Amino acid sequence: MLLELKDISKTFSDRAGGKVKAVDGVSLCITAQESCAIVGESGCGKTTLARIAMGLVRPDAGKILFEGQPVWGDRKREQNFRLKVRMVFQDPFASLDPRYSVRAILDEALHLQGRISRDERKVKMAAVLEAVALPADILSRYPHEFSGGERQRLAIARALMTDPALLILDEAVSSLDVIVQKEVLDCLAGLQSAKQLTYLFITHNLAAARRITRKIIVMRSGKIINVTGANDL
Amino acid sequence: MKKMTGLFFKNKWALAALWALGVLYAGALLADFVAPYSFKDEARDLSYCPPTAIQVVHDGKLRSPFVYGRKLTFNEYRQRIYVTDQTVLYAVKFFTPRLFTVEAPGRVYLLGADSRGRDILSRIIYGARVSLTIGLIGVLISFALGLLVGGIAGYYGGRVDNVLMRLCEVLMMAPGFYLLLALRAAVPDNFNSVQVYFSIVIILSVIGWAGLARVVRGMCLSLRERDYVLAAKTFGLSDLQIIVRHILPHTVSYSIAAVMLSIPGYILGESALSLIGLGIQDPYASWGNMLSDAMSIVRIKFAPWILWPAFFIFVSVVCFNVIGDALRDVLDPMIKRDT
Repeated sequence: MLLELKDISKTFSDRAGGKVKAVDGVSLCITAQESCAIVGESGCGKTTLARIAMGLVRPDAGKILFEGQPVWGDRKREQNFRLKVRMVFQDPFASLDPRYSVRAILDEALHLQGRISRDERKVKMAAVLEAVALPADILSRYPHEFSGGERQRLAIARALMTDPALLILDEAVSSLDVIVQKEVLDCLAGLQSAKQLTYLFITHNLAAARRITRKIIVMRSGKIINVTGANDL
Repeated sequence: MKKMTGLFFKNKWALAALWALGVLYAGALLADFVAPYSFKDEARDLSYCPPTAIQVVHDGKLRSPFVYGRKLTFNEYRQRIYVTDQTVLYAVKFFTPRLFTVEAPGRVYLLGADSRGRDILSRIIYGARVSLTIGLIGVLISFALGLLVGGIAGYYGGRVDNVLMRLCEVLMMAPGFYLLLALRAAVPDNFNSVQVYFSIVIILSVIGWAGLARVVRGMCLSLRERDYVLAAKTFGLSDLQIIVRHILPHTVSYSIAAVMLSIPGYILGESALSLIGLGIQDPYASWGNMLSDAMSIVRIKFAPWILWPAFFIFVSVVCFNVIGDALRDVLDPMIKRDT
């Protein structure tokens, strides 16, 4: 069992003082090598769920287990979790700091990795850039010099820096046009088999979900309403 | 980074401003050498002596540099009129150890003299030490404070934000000049000039940081929602690291311009204090307390050269603005660079 969410709930209060249940008692399990997708209409709580899973949003109730153990509360386990679970965000124009060069962007992903020599870093960066089919000589360039698809692949490369087991893809192709979507999905599909990656793919695009996952979880108003095989829906 | 500095130096105006400030700061640093006289070197019989030129031609013949003597006469209204006495020549001496001066009892006043016959040029050069550094040090303190407080308030939001912003508002609510006076009044009056200088710097920066903190906080509130901030969080960076690396740098184009624009405020704040006798005290010079001499229209009419410090304030203010603009352009990564 890679990642397990148990009875996760999260309520936001809106401006008018009302309560919105973004996630309502959701439990789900992700086993290694079994990529799954969460689909649902906008506002159904799938992004909130992803952010809770990454520890970016604190849930009101529920537990997050990674490799069978609770993630939060223990420094060592937290660090391990952060190295092994990575997130790719929706908008590649927003998820890369425009002031950082490609080298600095990739380097920052190694933050928790501890001491690594400069040569090892170089090797690592070359490897991840090759994995996402970006040229190796772009290290001193800046994000604004790249197209949307290239940026998203760069964001994936950054996520790969620590050899993660699980990638959470939060609408990772939704903001790209159809041809670029295919380019990024091809890249993801290739990585899946090459690196034994597991994906948790948050999307509203069923076709894209089918392309790289085998299990589809359907959410509506904060609840899971259906779990099926990718081709049954 | 290299590309950025290269780009900065391509801007001719910025380069010129940088040179101008460089000359001013170098002059301030080397005041003991560059200035012809000490800032307190008086010659009361030469009160408000007009500017003298260094001559090289006498009786149609070229000779080593000299200045003509001056004779004081009065017109029918008993006003001082200085007449150039072409029979008395004072040779200019170099490296005395000052860069240049003239033989006693002659005096060289390139920019004229003030009421006590002190050389205005020399006093401007010495005054630059106070006026030009007070802005830099003050800005350094208040911006460190403003960025940190604004960054923390904006990043954490909620209660922290509330407390810090109310504090800023209290500071901003009081009219600046009276706050300045009140704080100055709290400083013991037996301070020597160095202590007065530093108390002014600290007072000015205490007043200055709140405005910046508010703006930076507003920017941070939106910056903290950016995906790259979330990404950095998932990499396990600490809050302070995120603030310093991913949030504050994005306020830099605003901050740099604000830094440059606020330096004149410090120069003016110091002169305002000096003007009413709470700042740098005579005989020590600052551009502000030199200008206090120019408060009277009569003096400006008969000795317009006492306005020279205003020219230097103007030049340094313009230079800081030009450099600030150029830096902002360079630091903004959205502006397309030709590679």
